Amino acid sequence: MTVVSVDRDAQALTMTFVAEFDAPVERVWQLWENPRRLERWWGPPTWPATFEEYEFEVGARAHYYMTGPDGEKMHGWWRITAIDSPTRLEFHDGFADHNGEPVTPIDATYVVVTLETVAGKTRMTTLTTFTSAAQLDRMLEMGMEEGMREAMGQADAILAEVPD
Amino acid sequence: MVIRELSDVDTDRIFRALADATRRDIVARVTSREQSVSELASAYAMSFAAVQKHVAVLERAMLITKERRGRQQIVHGDPAMLRGAAQLLEAYEEIWRARSQRIEQILTEGNEKEEGHDRSERR
Repeated sequence: MTVVSVDRDAQALTMTFVAEFDAPVERVWQLWENPRRLERWWGPPTWPATFEEYEFEVGARAHYYMTGPDGEKMHGWWRITAIDSPTRLEFHDGFADHNGEPVTPIDATYVVVTLETVAGKTRMTTLTTFTSAAQLDRMLEMGMEEGMREAMGQADAILAEVPD
Repeated sequence: MVIRELSDVDTDRIFRALADATRRDIVARVTSREQSVSELASAYAMSFAAVQKHVAVLERAMLITKERRGRQQIVHGDPAMLRGAAQLLEAYEEIWRARSQRIEQILTEGNEKEEGHDRSERR
């Protein structure tokens, strides 16, 4: 996997993340289309995702939750707005209550995923547009937590090897 | 941790302030060159009062500062605060880096034992 580029626009509140994978477009598309595959990578290992409801159709709403280290659950929803198999997917991604209903006021990011073949590899571009700080904060909390825990785990492993 | 340099309230104000196209434009203008509120108002097809309101929202988010110079109110950009928003995006980038790594891992596993995995996934 190669990260080709990352473009952060603090004024427009967008982030464009471009990565390349050594696999055909169809296989990468499967990781989005198939919820059992999607949940293997959407959430960090410390906050794994479970997609309870997932219909891969324009207009369909998905419901997922991420389970934290203490068993706490963060619920989210997707609403798919465009599918052009196997190269383009667009959806809103927001926080939900425990029934999967979007929290109000609606507080979501918009994600545009594009897959294309470049020199025999699959280039995946995800453009995320943020609309509110509250949601970004919560996403970051989970993401940062993962980073911190992994870093702590590594630190523990190193410390374990060092004699007292 | 970068993100905690800004309090939740700060972050919320920044993002709300920047969620509007006119306000983003005002920030871009005054960050490149300080200007008066009336000068700004002449750039938009809206009332002076409306522009003043946008300026006030940006001021509360600390994205700009306003100072009185004689009869004029001069608006400056505050690049430090904009950098705060940039840092949040930077933190979000890490989430996608981690996701891409997990995707890579799944794709690699698939190469090794495609069939077995597909079957167990479907359960």
